[in-house]
This record gives sequence, structure tokens and C-alpha cells, in this order.
Amino acid sequence: MRILLVEDDPTVAGFVVKGLREAGHVVEHADNGRDGLFMAASEVFDTIILDRMLPGGIDGIRLLETLRSQNNSTPVLLLSALAQVDERVAGLKAGGDDYLTKPFAFSELLARVEALTRRGKAEGPQTKLVVGDLEMDLLSRTVRRSTQKIDLQPREFRLLEYLMRHAGQVVTRTMLLEGVWDYHFDPQTNVIDVHVSRLRQKIDKPFATSLIHTIRNAGYMLRPE
Amino acid sequence: MIRSASLRFAVLFGIVFALSAMAFVGFLWYSTAGLLDRQVEAAISADAQGLVERWGEGGIPALLLTIQERMNENVDDDAIYEVTDPIGNTVGGNMGRWPQAVNTPGVFYELMVLRADTRSLAEVRRYDLPGGFRLLVGRDVRGRVELRRLLTNALFSSMLVITGLGAVGAFIIRNLFRRMVAEISATADAIAGGDLSPRVRRTGRGDEFDRMAESINTMLERIARLMDGVRQVSNAIAHDLRTPITRARARLEDAATHARCEGELRAAVERAVSDLDGVTAVFQALMRIAEIEVGARRSAFAEVDLGPLLADLTELYGALAEEHGLTLALKVPDTLTILGDRDMLQQAVANLLDNAIKFSPPGGVIRLEAGLADRHVRVSVTDTGPGIPPADIARATERFFRGEQARHTPGSGLGLALVQAVASLHEGSLLLTDAAPGLRATITLPAMPGGGATLHMKIPSSAPHQVESAAMAHAGHR
Repeated sequence: MRILLVEDDPTVAGFVVKGLREAGHVVEHADNGRDGLFMAASEVFDTIILDRMLPGGIDGIRLLETLRSQNNSTPVLLLSALAQVDERVAGLKAGGDDYLTKPFAFSELLARVEALTRRGKAEGPQTKLVVGDLEMDLLSRTVRRSTQKIDLQPREFRLLEYLMRHAGQVVTRTMLLEGVWDYHFDPQTNVIDVHVSRLRQKIDKPFATSLIHTIRNAGYMLRPE
Repeated sequence: MIRSASLRFAVLFGIVFALSAMAFVGFLWYSTAGLLDRQVEAAISADAQGLVERWGEGGIPALLLTIQERMNENVDDDAIYEVTDPIGNTVGGNMGRWPQAVNTPGVFYELMVLRADTRSLAEVRRYDLPGGFRLLVGRDVRGRVELRRLLTNALFSSMLVITGLGAVGAFIIRNLFRRMVAEISATADAIAGGDLSPRVRRTGRGDEFDRMAESINTMLERIARLMDGVRQVSNAIAHDLRTPITRARARLEDAATHARCEGELRAAVERAVSDLDGVTAVFQALMRIAEIEVGARRSAFAEVDLGPLLADLTELYGALAEEHGLTLALKVPDTLTILGDRDMLQQAVANLLDNAIKFSPPGGVIRLEAGLADRHVRVSVTDTGPGIPPADIARATERFFRGEQARHTPGSGLGLALVQAVASLHEGSLLLTDAAPGLRATITLPAMPGGGATLHMKIPSSAPHQVESAAMAHAGHR
């Protein structure tokens, strides 16, 4: 995937560029708002990672607003040292698709970037999700694996739906907390792990192979095999 | 001079006072002097009407006779009459000749006349009689003019007195104003000088100045509290963040000099990263608390239904509690609406549940309860853990405070501080009490202004928590 990174701090930028390239992406980098806007407007990217505070007269929010006013709908992930809830809201209101606060773990950034790219390609409303031999019918709200029907609580259903929609991608605990529970704070304890492990009891335990995998230092991934 | 507000107010007061006094005196003058005028005119009209009637009955001779009679009866000697024939010769009256100026009938004229060798002012009116005869009836108004002069003088001097009084009033107002402002500005100066303790003295009269003093004092209270908070936080940061940063630094330096293989190096770096993540978490919690305490989030207040909110949290934490061998029981009305910040309330209750789960030994029960009583919404989390010793309870909500038993559990010592901040943001409070055994943390929040928290009751079914909610509704009405 082609990703544009607009970030002025050379250490952070170098680290992110290296990481994204290792993950198999093509990365362009701009270190100020003016160049960033020029590149974003003149080339096609799958995702833009945008720092909020940039030198060169154009900050992240301005850049984003300009881009959106030109009907450019490339998914944008905002990076910011401003953690206040209101700042987050302002960033999303300006047209951002996701917001990540500095400092961040690279795994979190990568998971979110990949989720964003996937979202950009989402085609029409789906009625059925399939991963390997796991099937979810979104209309009748039933789940079955191979031939066996699996009973899930409403929340477990939503958790599994989120994992299936992001199948093959790393999903972090924060993403699950935001996407499944709509909570925007960090719980001090591992509440999410408990829920995932309960889901595993129902989805994976009775079967020969596991679908839900723990990715060390990052989160979870649902994938067949 | 315009730069002094007190003087400006005084001058304004003086002007308003003088203008109203002038209007009052003017009205007085007009109504007294005007009344005299109208009386004279009425007398002349009545007199003339009588004479015209006499003429109708007996012609000129009767008219002249009546005029003579009236002149004789006129004690004040102020009546003026004149009758002329069609050529203009005087046939009766006491004027001697027809005055030139009086040529239109039915109009009042004011003119100088010579009577008994003295000049005086007279008010006269002309009446035309059939056959070319003309009648003039008038009154000598010398006395009235004199009275008017006296009245004018009196009113003028009273005007002077009133102006004097106005000036005194303005002076008093100015001083009052100055004294009040001086009080406030002295306080403000002292505070600008760095001493946050002085407060504006209150008069105790409960008036506007008193209320202003109160508002200013409330504001100062808040500033002082914020300043204290800042000081406390910087001290806390200095003490409590140094530790993990030092640890991370030591790990890295140690690894850089002593690591014997890449595996060791990697392990050290990873541990250092997780130390730094801890530092970040503490920073974020601190920022969150600061953000809440500033009160900026109050703009995001909306109606929040605590019923589903608490049910969701119970669902999220229920699994974790079970994992720890605990039971999490929820008792809450179906609907319990307050005005507040959803994210913050979620986080506050989540922190209390986190603590309860962390400190309760397996087999315990954690009760999350909410209800409406005395126009307040109470949300409480009761655990069966060791509780907090009475000596520590007061300090438990301070930032970075960690009790003796908490020393060896993970945590930043900011959880309860955040709950406290959220409660204050909602103008509520956090109360920690001994639940014997265990700890009960109660967040008290004001119910919705107006009708209070809405509490919709369902017909109690067999579900126990709905029966509870009915009981609570009764308590709320009492």
C-alpha cells in the first residue's frame, strides 16, 4: 500500500517509515505542512498519516481541511501530542478518520493504518462474513463453525463481528474497546483480554484449529489456518 | 476626569437629579401661574355673557346701567369696561377710549392701560353687538403679575437648594462607589502581588455589592484551588515520575555497558519501553485530571442515562470479576438520567470497578448500585476487600497517594483522584466509607435541574433488580 507520512520530527518519522516499509508498504515522507499538502493533493495514496503540529505555516488540521475541501477522501490518521478529548473531537470533525496520541506503540499505529486502508475499500453492506470455516450471518445474527451452530451473547457477537471484519489484520485492545464498546479511555486492567478469551472458549476450544491469534505486544488477529 | 468611573456616576446622578427637579418646578410654575390666567379669562367671559344678555333685554341704556352697577360693586377695582357706538365714540365704561390694538372679536389681549394715573397691565376681550356697537370687557391683572414674580423667585431659589442637594447626593454616591471599588482593587492588588489569601470584605447586607464580593471571593477560591492543584501535581510529578524514568534509564545504561548478547539487550530494551509506557499512562491520567479540573469539559454536558451506562460497564467488568473469582452485582433503575459527560462518568465508574476487582480476595462480591434520593443521584461501588484504614481515607483521593496494601499492586495512584475530579466536575462528591468489611465508594451527583432525575418505573416483573428500583422510587418521593 502507498502511505504518505507527514511528520516533522526526524526520529519519529524515521522509526515509522522503517516500520511501515518492513510491513511491506510503500512510504513517502514530507517533513512540513506545505510539502505534505502538495504531495497529498497531487499523488494518490491509500492512507495519510498526519501529524497535527507541523512547521511551514500549514498545520495538520489546515492541511486536512484543505484536502477535504478538494473532495479528496483518502483515509487520514491524525497523530498528535494533544490528548484532550476536545482535541480528538476537533481532529475528527476536520475530516480525520482516526486519531492516535503520541507517544504511541508502533504496533498500534500499524494496526490502525491497516484498518483504515481496509475501510477505504469497503464495498456495499454485507450480510454474511466468512473466515475459514467460520460463518456469521448478519441478518439472522447466527454464527456457525463448520457444521456446528455457536450461541453468542450480544456483546460476544459484536466482538466477533469486529474481528471478522478485520480478518487478517492486527486488532489492538484499544481498537476493540473503541470499536466494540465505544469507550474512549484506557482501563488499567486487561478487561479486553478476558472477553477475547471467553470468545475463544466458544469459537476455538471445541475445534481442532484456532482462529483467534494473540499477537505479542500488539493485540489479536483473526485468520484461518 | 472622565477616566474616573465614580465621578462619572456622580455627575450622571447630578444631571438626572437636576433634570427631574427642573421638570418638577416647571410643572409647578405652569400649573399655578396658568391657573391664575385661566381664572381671569373665565371671569371676563362670564362678565361679558351677562352684559350681552342685558343688552338683549333692554338695549344700550340697560347695558350702560348694568356696567355702572358692576363698576360700583367691584370692590377690587380691577374691572375694565368700554362701549362705543358705530362711529367709535365712547358711550360708557371706565377706559375713556377704545384701545387701538384690540380689533378682533373673541381674542384675549394683554395690554398696558393708564388707570387712575398709574400704568398697569390689563387683559381684555372685544365683543361685537348688533347695530355696530362694540363692547370691551377686561380685568386689571397687576396683582397677578406680582404674584407670578413672587412664585418665580420662590421656585428659582428652591431650584438652587435642589441643585445643592443633588450635588451632595452625587458626592455621597461617588464616595460609596469609591470605597467599594477600593476594597476590591486592594484585594486584587494584593493577589497580583503574589499573596492568594486575601478576600474582598463582605458588608453582610446581602446587597449587590455583597453579592459581587461573594462572586469575586468564589472566583479567588477556585483560582487558589487550581494553583494548589498545580503545585501539588508538579511536586507529585517530581517524586513519582522520577522513579520509573530512573528505572528505565538504569536498565538501558546497564544493558548498554553490560549486556553480553543480543537477547539480553533486547529484553532490557523491551522492559525499558514498558517502563516508559507506564510513565506515559501516568502522564495521560494526569492530563485527563487536569483537563477535568479546569472544567473545560462542561461544554460537552448532555443528558446521560446511567441505567444502560452502568449495565454496559457491568457487562465489561463482569467477565473480569469472574476471572478473579468475584461476583459483580448490579442494582440500578432502568432509567436514571443526569446531566453530565458520558466519557468521564464511564471512566470514573470504571476506575472504581478496577479498584474493587483489584483489591477483593476471591469469593467476594462487588456491588454496583445507583439510585435517586433527595434530589441526588448516588452511584456506589462496594467491595469485600480489605478497605482503606481510617487514617488513609482522607488522603486516598490525592494524586499519587497509595495505601500500604496498594504498594505492591500495579497502579499509578491516580484512579481515585480522577473519580474525585469527575465528581467535582459534575458538582458532586466522592465519599469513601467503611463497608465493614470492604470499602464503599459513593459518587453523589446532583439530579437533573428542574424535574430532577427522571425515573421511569416499569411494572415490577420477577426480575429482582426491578423490584429494587420500585422501592428506590418510593424513597425518592419521600
